[in-house]
Formats: sequence, C-alpha cells, structure tokens
Amino acid sequence: MTHLPWDLQLLNTCAALLLLLSFAMLSQRRIVTLVDLLAIQGGLLAVATLLLAWRTGQPHLYLSALLTVALKVAFLPWLLHRLIHRLEVYWDTEPLLNISGTLLAGVVIVVFAFGLAQPITQLANTTMRSAIGIAIAVVLLAFLMMITRRKAMSQVIGFLSMENGLFFGAMSATYGMPMVIELGVALDVLVAVLVLGVFFFQIREQFDSLDLHHLESLKESE
Amino acid sequence: MAIFVSSPLSACIALLAGWVLLGACGLLRPRSIRFAGRALFTVGALIGAALGALSAWSLWTGVTEQIVLPFGLPDLPFHLRLDTLASGFLLLLGTTSAGISLYSAGYFRQGEGAAPGLLCLQYHLFLASMGFVLIADDAYSFMVAWESMAISSYFLVTTQHRLEEIRRAGFLYLLIAHVGAISILLAFGVMQGGSWQFTFEAMRSAHLSPAWAAIAFLLALAGFGAKAGLVPLHIWLPEAHPAAPSPVSALMSGVMLKTAVYGIIRVTFDLLGAPVWWWGLVPLAAGLATAFYGAVFAAVQTDMKRLLAYSSIENMGLVFTGLGLAIVFFGTGMHLAAALALAATLYHSLNHAFMKSLLFLGTGSVLHATGERNLGRLGGLIHRMPWVAWLSLVGALAIAGLPPLNGFVSEWLLLQSFLFADQIPHAFVSMLIPMGAALVALAAALAGYVMVKFFGVIFLGQPRESALSRAHDCGRLERLGLTWLALGCVALGLAPVQVLAALNRVTATLTGASLAHQTAHWWLLAPVPTREVSYGPLVFLTASALVVALTVTIVRLVYHRRVRHGPAWDCGFGRLTARMQDTAEGFGQPIRNLFQSFFRIERELPTPFDRAPRYRIAITDRIWRSLYEPLGGIVQRLADAAAVLQQGRIAAYLLYSFVTLVVLLALALVL
Repeated sequence: MTHLPWDLQLLNTCAALLLLLSFAMLSQRRIVTLVDLLAIQGGLLAVATLLLAWRTGQPHLYLSALLTVALKVAFLPWLLHRLIHRLEVYWDTEPLLNISGTLLAGVVIVVFAFGLAQPITQLANTTMRSAIGIAIAVVLLAFLMMITRRKAMSQVIGFLSMENGLFFGAMSATYGMPMVIELGVALDVLVAVLVLGVFFFQIREQFDSLDLHHLESLKESE
Repeated sequence: MAIFVSSPLSACIALLAGWVLLGACGLLRPRSIRFAGRALFTVGALIGAALGALSAWSLWTGVTEQIVLPFGLPDLPFHLRLDTLASGFLLLLGTTSAGISLYSAGYFRQGEGAAPGLLCLQYHLFLASMGFVLIADDAYSFMVAWESMAISSYFLVTTQHRLEEIRRAGFLYLLIAHVGAISILLAFGVMQGGSWQFTFEAMRSAHLSPAWAAIAFLLALAGFGAKAGLVPLHIWLPEAHPAAPSPVSALMSGVMLKTAVYGIIRVTFDLLGAPVWWWGLVPLAAGLATAFYGAVFAAVQTDMKRLLAYSSIENMGLVFTGLGLAIVFFGTGMHLAAALALAATLYHSLNHAFMKSLLFLGTGSVLHATGERNLGRLGGLIHRMPWVAWLSLVGALAIAGLPPLNGFVSEWLLLQSFLFADQIPHAFVSMLIPMGAALVALAAALAGYVMVKFFGVIFLGQPRESALSRAHDCGRLERLGLTWLALGCVALGLAPVQVLAALNRVTATLTGASLAHQTAHWWLLAPVPTREVSYGPLVFLTASALVVALTVTIVRLVYHRRVRHGPAWDCGFGRLTARMQDTAEGFGQPIRNLFQSFFRIERELPTPFDRAPRYRIAITDRIWRSLYEPLGGIVQRLADAAAVLQQGRIAAYLLYSFVTLVVLLALALVL
C-alpha cells in the first residue's frame, strides 16, 4: 500500500466518518439526536473542505467551508431544534421498515454506490477520487432514510443529509462546484427548510399531528 | 413615416408591439369601462387600420424583408420575415380587426364576466400573437406565437367562467388546440430534415425524402386542420363560439381560423416547396366533407351563434377544398390552374373574414338588446334594430354567395378552378374531382338556405316574445364597426379585379404563374384568358338595379293605380299571431329529413292527450358519439391504470424517485 500524505489520510477518514454518520442517522429514531448527527455531518464536511482548500490552495473552498459551518453546523440545526421544541416532536414512530432491515438495505446500497463510482473514479483526476463512492452512498442512504420515516421532521433531515452528500460528491469529483452554484444551492436549502418549517405548522394544524400518513387522505378518492 | 417606407417589417413589429402595450395599459384602470373599453379599443382599431394599410402597401410593392430580433428564447433569437403571403394575411388581420375593435369599443359593458381591463389585455395579446404567427420565420417563434394565440383566446372564450358549460367549452377548445399544436410541432420536427436548424430558411433548403415530406404535410394538415375546424376536428367550434363574447367569436372565426390557412399554405408551398399532387386529395376530400357537413348542420341549428359556427366550418371547408385543388394542380404541373385555385382560397379567406365577423357582431348586438340566443324567441327585430338588421343583411347575402357581393366572387373562382380538373393526367382523379364541384355547389346552396333562416327568423316577421319590443338598436361605435365590415364586403365584391391583382402577388410567388396581366379590363373579371368566362360585378349591379328600378316604377305607376283597399281574406281565423310564423326548427325540417342519417336526433313528441304539450328535439353530432366518446373512454381507462401509482403516501413517492434514480444510475453503469 502506498504511503499517503497525512492530509489526504485525514480527508479519507472524514469521508469514512461521513458514511458512518449516514448509517447512524439511518438507525436513529430520536429526532433530537438526528439533528445533532446532521450537525456533526456538516462539521465533518466543513473540515474536509478546509483540508481540501489547504491542499489545493483554492481560495473559494475556504469560503464554502465557512458557508458550511455557518449554515449546516450553526444555523440549520439551531432552527431545527427550535422547531422540535415548539412542535414537541422528539421521537419518530416505528419506521415503515424496521431498523435492522433498513441497515441491511443500506449495505446493499453502499455496494451499489461503490460499483457505480468505479468508472467515475477512473475519469476524475482529483486527489480525493476514492471518496466519490462514499458521496453517492451518502446521497442514496439519505434517500432511503426519507423513504422509511413517517415524521415530516425526519424527512427534512434526510433531505439535508442528501444535500451534504451531493456537496461532498461535487467536492471530491471536481474540487467543488462553481461558487455561484454553491451559493445558489445553499440558498435553496435555506429556503426549503424555512418553507418546510411553515409547512409543519400547517400540517399539525390540519391533522393535529406531524405524522405523514394523514396526508394519504389527500389522495384523489376512487 | 420613414420607417414605413424603408422597413415595413419593423413598422409591422412596432404596430404589433403597440397592441401588446395597449393591452398592458388596460391594467392601469382595469375596472373602468370608459378607459379600458371605449378608449383603448378605439386606439386598437386605429392600429389595426394602420396595419392593414401597411400590409396593403407591402403587398403591392412585394417586399421581402427579414429581421432577427436580438432576443427570444435563450440562444434562439426570434427570426421574423415579411413576404407577400404574410402581407396578404396581415392585410386580413388588420382590416378585419379594425372593424371588430371599433365594435368592441362600444360593446363591452360592466359586469359581464372578466373586468374590461383584463379583457383588453387578452384581446390585444390575441391580436398581436396572430400578427406574430404571420411574420414568424422560425419554428420556435412560430410556436410561441401560436400558443400565445391559443391561450389568450382561451381566456377570452372563458370570459364568463362562472358558467359550467362555458368552462367545458373552453376546455374542449384548449384540448383540441393543443392536440393540433403537438401535430404542428412534430411537422416542424420532420421538416428540419436532420439539420436541427429550426429556422424556416433551413426548412426551405432541407431535402426530405418523399415519404418524410408526405408525413410532414399530413402532420401539418392535421395540426392546422384542428385550428381550422376540419371534420372530424371541428367539434370545438360550435361549442367555443357561442361561449365567447361576440367580438371574440368574430375575431376567432374571422381571423384566427385564417391563421390555420396561412400555416398550411406556408408549409405546403413555401417550406416543403414541391408538393406532390396526391397530397392535395387529402385536404380536397376533407374540405368537401367539412363544407357539406357544416352546411347541413348549420341548417338545423336553433342557436344563432352555433348556426354561425357551423357556417364557419362550412366556409373553412370551401377554403381547404380550394387549397387541395391548388396542390393537385401544382403537383401535376398545371401552375396557372394552381394559381387560380390558390387565389380563390385566399379570396374566400378574406371574404369570410369580413362577412362572418359582420354576422357574429350582428348577433352580439341582438344578444345585448334581447339577452336571447335562441332563434325560437327572436323575430321582427328589423323594426327595433334597423342598423343591425340591414348591415347583417349585407353579411347574410354575401355569405349566401349572391352577386354582386364578395361571397359570390370567391365561390365563382373556386368553381372555375374546378373546371380545370379534366386536364389532370390521372384518369380517375380527373373524373372524380369535378364531382367535388357539385358538392361545393350543394354546400353553397345550403349556405343560402341557412342565411335565409338566420336573417328571416331573427329580423323578419313578428316578435316571438313580448320582451323583444323593448329591444334597442346598437350604439354609435358598434354601428361604425359594423358599417366598416359591411363596406368591406361590398368593396371586395365590386372590385374583384383589383383584389385579384393584389392576391396575384401572393399566388405568383408561390406557384410561379401569374394571373394579373390577363385581367385586362378594370371592370371585368376574367382570370384565365383561354376560357371565355368573365364576371363584371358592376355590370351585374347596374343591370339588376335597373331591373329593380324599372319594376318599382312600373308597379307604382301602372299597377298601384288600380289598387283597392279592403279587408284581407283571413282563411277563417281571427288574427295572425307570432306563433303562426315558421320557426327555426320548422324551417330546417326538410333538411333534417333529407340528411337524417347525419344527425343523432332525440325527439320527444307530445301525445294528443297532454294537458301542456311540449315538443323537444335535440340534434347532436354523430362524430361526438362515434369518435370522441370512445377516445375519451380509452384515455380515462389509461388514466385509471396510471392512477394505481397514486398511493398518497410520501414514502411511496420517494420510493419512485429512488427507484428511478437507481435504475438510471445502473443504466449509466451498464451502457
């Protein structure tokens, strides 16, 4: 095995931790903890970005690291915590698929993602190309989490986690997206969470619950 | 004025933009009928007149001018082009809309559906988009203009959207419009011929294989036919026209249907370039069927606007018949005959724009004065509304095809061009096509019958309801608009030589054969010198005026001297009442019996013992039952099958996205 420089090793560690965190989120039913995990994921992402910025010397990556910290470590978790307390949803109910089943499905997805990343890895010429598979896996795992949860809050967290995965993927494949797109995506996420926050209150007002299966009654009747 | 001369196209764009701007002005004071209704519509009429003058001038000088606008869709600037064909149709748009806008200025009132300012916006956007359809020079701008036309007119149709049946009519209209638009889009897709350039310039130079060219033509025919109301795509017309306010019906029937004629001529003679003769058989057959169908159905209608809608179908049938003939002649190398048939097509389009707008506006005034569309409750209005009645009479005579008015000229030209069919070098075709002439003659005769019914039942006789005695004539602006259109009918009828000379600019560029220099006398229409047929409307007018004057004089001087006044023999009954008049149903009854197999008739007859006898008859289209309902059923079943996907559970929806994503990713991996 070739000897990697320490910063690259650190980067790969970050990537591995990201994946681990995704699994942790997949298995976690306490919503407060989910938000904390999301914040940690954001923090890891920021560290990875900083490392990459230092390594490649690209100034815009510093900026996006800063943005990540501000948005994903500080602001969004704070907002979500506030929502949780005001809405008093601390626990998600039993997921649609039980935890162990979900985790097994997650493993299959990770294998699929790594297989998928193989050709992309060969095309990319960045130092972090091995992390592309992890990024795809994070996106798909977040998707899986959104599918299996009942509470709207967990789905928002899944959505944010998915965005983390996309961000990480862009970073490892091409050293980050152009600044404009990055800013745009950050803004989108912010607006989405705010809009969803409003939605939560509306849903609860309508159904006295945040459980999404109530929305099934909106289906066009036969 | 300088721009007028140096660049008619930019002047034209400026005028169309003026319409758009005018529409936007309507939003400044949307509730004010004086501002949005009276003032803005009058300005719109002036713009229309200016557009008419401009396009008449550009038609006469025969300019061809192109402009690429610096904006448009992203990376696809709009190409615009003004040539003789576009000028000819812009002339139609400008002059007709001037009359309709003038009338509308006096027509729209407070509290009828949408706010006047909103109507003003939709109306002028509709006008402007029709203009842009005519000058578009690439598929993108054409489709953008075409769709804006459909959507703005949809909103105009559903002005009174609170009524269920009007929403339904609007939906049907939008549906057929979109089916047509898809077909046109596909036609453009075929015509780019692998170059992936969607400018009309590229389509002109594209070389299509005969099969693909035919497919493009048929797609375009289906698409434009849907807009024009060719059978069996005509069903939206009799629904949408009664639903829309009368000026909008006039605009749709008079002008919008003609954009479809423009489109098919543009595609066939300009973009595809060399039509094959057998293509023409399709529009010829469809046109004949449509003309006949429309005429027969118009004869049995009892709603005056629905009657006019079916009459529009009939006239569009005649137009497409002419077009089909032109293609057949052109494809077999008979260019002069093709020019004649095409001129008849264009002439009839122009005529129909004037006469049908006039009649629709007339029904608008009747509707305002009486609140009644049902012929069974009208009658005797000529005493209350003399202006509307006499001006409508001009339109009715014109559309019935009586000389010296304009309808006669174009139908005469059409029948003349049928007489060339014996020279077609294909045995059966040359025999069968003249039979089409018989069908055209039948349709024209039925149109006359329909107009007798239309005019007679509404305006003549005695009022069938007591409320009709409170009817009042239309206002000054409305009279002005009606007079403008009626004058147009008269002028187009009395100056056929000059009109044909102008239309010849269009047909000469499209077919390569010229009719103009053969019209030697300014008063005698003889389009083809080798045939010794001619028509002099002024001669006819003078002669008939002389005969009438002579008759009147003789009757007055000789006969009236010996008149005795006494009680009329009244067959034994007391007094003639309004209920003894022939009704619309009664008048149409012979036609209904003759062509029974075309209709689906539901009839409720009273028994002799009924205390309150009621007679009810509903005549509906067979095509609706046999084609559209099964089609709708299939769509419904497919939709139901697809509705299985609608679980109402977010998890399921997310799963769909997830599976799609995974499958696509896996595909990317495999491929």
